Amino acid sequence: MRFQLIGVNHKSAPLEMRERLAIPESRLPDACRELTAHPGIEEGMVISTCNRVELVTHTANGHADLRGFLHHHFQLKPEELDPHLYEFRERDAVRHIFRVASSLDSMVVGEAQILGQVKEAYATARAVGAVRSQLDQLFTRAFAVAKRVRTETAVGSSSVSIASVAVELAKKIFGSLEGKTVFVVGAGKMSELAARHLMAHGCASIFVSNRTYDRAVGLAQKFNGQAIKFDDLYATCDRADIVITSTGAPHAIFRREHGEQFLSRRKNRPMFFIDIAVPRDVSPEMAKLDGIFTYDIDDLQQAVSSHVADRRHEAELAEKIITTEVERFEARLHTLDVVPTIVSLQDHLETIRQAEIDRVRGRLGRLSPEQEIAVEALTRGIINKVMHTPITTLKTAAKDSEATTIIDVVRRLFNLRDRESIPPSSARDVSTKAASQQPSDKESSDKEVESRH
Amino acid sequence: MSLLWLRVALACYLVGLIYAFVALSRTSDLFSRVALRAGSLGMVFHFVSLVELFLSGQDVWASVRNGESLLAFLSMTFFMAIYVTYHTTSPGVVVFPVVFFLTFVAAVDEQPVLLTQFVSHQGWLVAHIILIFAGYAALVLSFGASLLYLLQERRLKSKSASSLISFLPALEVIDQIGYRCLLLGFPFMTLGLLTGSVLAIQVYGHVNFLDPKFLLSVLMWAVYMVMVFTRWNSGWRGRRAAVLATFAFVAAVVAWAANYFSTIHRFAAS
Repeated sequence: MRFQLIGVNHKSAPLEMRERLAIPESRLPDACRELTAHPGIEEGMVISTCNRVELVTHTANGHADLRGFLHHHFQLKPEELDPHLYEFRERDAVRHIFRVASSLDSMVVGEAQILGQVKEAYATARAVGAVRSQLDQLFTRAFAVAKRVRTETAVGSSSVSIASVAVELAKKIFGSLEGKTVFVVGAGKMSELAARHLMAHGCASIFVSNRTYDRAVGLAQKFNGQAIKFDDLYATCDRADIVITSTGAPHAIFRREHGEQFLSRRKNRPMFFIDIAVPRDVSPEMAKLDGIFTYDIDDLQQAVSSHVADRRHEAELAEKIITTEVERFEARLHTLDVVPTIVSLQDHLETIRQAEIDRVRGRLGRLSPEQEIAVEALTRGIINKVMHTPITTLKTAAKDSEATTIIDVVRRLFNLRDRESIPPSSARDVSTKAASQQPSDKESSDKEVESRH
Repeated sequence: MSLLWLRVALACYLVGLIYAFVALSRTSDLFSRVALRAGSLGMVFHFVSLVELFLSGQDVWASVRNGESLLAFLSMTFFMAIYVTYHTTSPGVVVFPVVFFLTFVAAVDEQPVLLTQFVSHQGWLVAHIILIFAGYAALVLSFGASLLYLLQERRLKSKSASSLISFLPALEVIDQIGYRCLLLGFPFMTLGLLTGSVLAIQVYGHVNFLDPKFLLSVLMWAVYMVMVFTRWNSGWRGRRAAVLATFAFVAAVVAWAANYFSTIHRFAAS
């Protein structure tokens, strides 16, 4: 287990820094390729959301220079970036990934969106071959753990998502949302979610604008709204009470002068800007205008902090699940470490058994079917008895730090081939079987291994 | 007896005053309900006190003390009307201290009364006092709403977690309260000033345009009109509206204080 993770999130780095590190979806495949090409990295994956940018890797020796990769990739000086970074290895990295996928590390604990984002990042990295067996196992397990957390705790129920917090804030500004108009700028999933919440709370009409007009039309149709050409954005925007913006623009698209125009045309009726874009779409100067209220991703985090406290109890339960799951995952990986040795041992002794039977068959003469069965049973019985202690010892040792030593001893005692020399297909078969089983099924996994001889 | 009922009402309003101070720091539904009930009870006693006054003699409305008592009652009436309409007690943060202060002064102070020549024109006098005080009460509520608007706007702009659990109603609701009070109060104030002018003509035969009371009252009315106009025409809210409301409120207080300098509207010792 040589997992290594580095990154920044909403707790460790301010929005300005996260904006500089954000990797657009279109550039993720290249970033994954670049990561796996970095010295010492066998597998790599990049998670880039509004609240976090993380590199998850499986390294050759457990000590890849991930900081160096970040400095080089983002052209940032160590003194700029390093204070905001966190880094986890091995067990801690596994725990962190489980927590992220289970939404325990999210800005809004329990929100479901992060799982989808991690799954997308995983699919992207897998598609370019950056994720193979080790990260595959890690993330497959992480998704199962996330599902378990969601099922067994209430951490995700009555979810306080960014969207629902946005609705609460809109109500604090406008009172009832009946008859209010929403303008969605940038037809992303998150803004669609927020718009859906607002419409469900009584907003009457919706405008959608996107640089790709067809996408705006598609989203507008979902809400019986009106698509607006991006060029007409500023001419139309003042008709909206609530603006949800999440474009991928590198600079603010709503600036102070726009706010002043909107207010003038609206006779100073308030406007609420929900800016979920990173980098931000709304200039901070806008918030200084009377009647303009802007909430970016970090502001929403502050607004939901009280809700987070309400969920603390459920989050504690979820943390216990994570702890158990990390231990199981670790144990399983260690078990997988001994599987090739057990397989080699089984194959080695089976070869000896077959060779010995063939050698004495001439001397035994023709055997009746009953005698054949008896010889098979006798020899298998002997082999099983001989193998019992070494296999049990290996399995027990798998849970301890001395596993490597025991594996080496067994290999030398029985003169087994090196692990590397085991055909990849054979090792993958065994590991895939083990990985697809629940940790609680470890015993049955062990039985399966045993049953091979 | 009238004074006794007024003092009982004052005790009830004291609960509201405490609520006003507590509500600034934390939200308590229970306390707001208690304050509302205490305020309602206080209004009952206050109403009894005013009715007794009315029945006791014809010159009672010329008393400053009774005028303050009437203004406090009208302010509470506006407050209750807002509660019934918007289900919010938050204007109480401003209304309760004002009402308590006015009632306190009316309940403990020995005040002079107006020149007795007004008393002979009872109908105009009562109409003038009720109309002008209704205008004042609306102005107090509008001023209070402006302050609450600023407070709520600041909370929302500060983007803290408390912005979600604030005791204040939504910004637009506060805005509506302030604007409606303004619209409602303006005709009262205008008619109040007109009836006052009629009263002056009846008593003195003319209106003394250079009298401080007249000048300051006109100034107050002008500020009031500017407030209504800017709000209607440009939708002024927030800081600008609060500045105007403060200016109008100060003008109203100064116009009231002019009673002590005016030759035509002077209070004399009873």
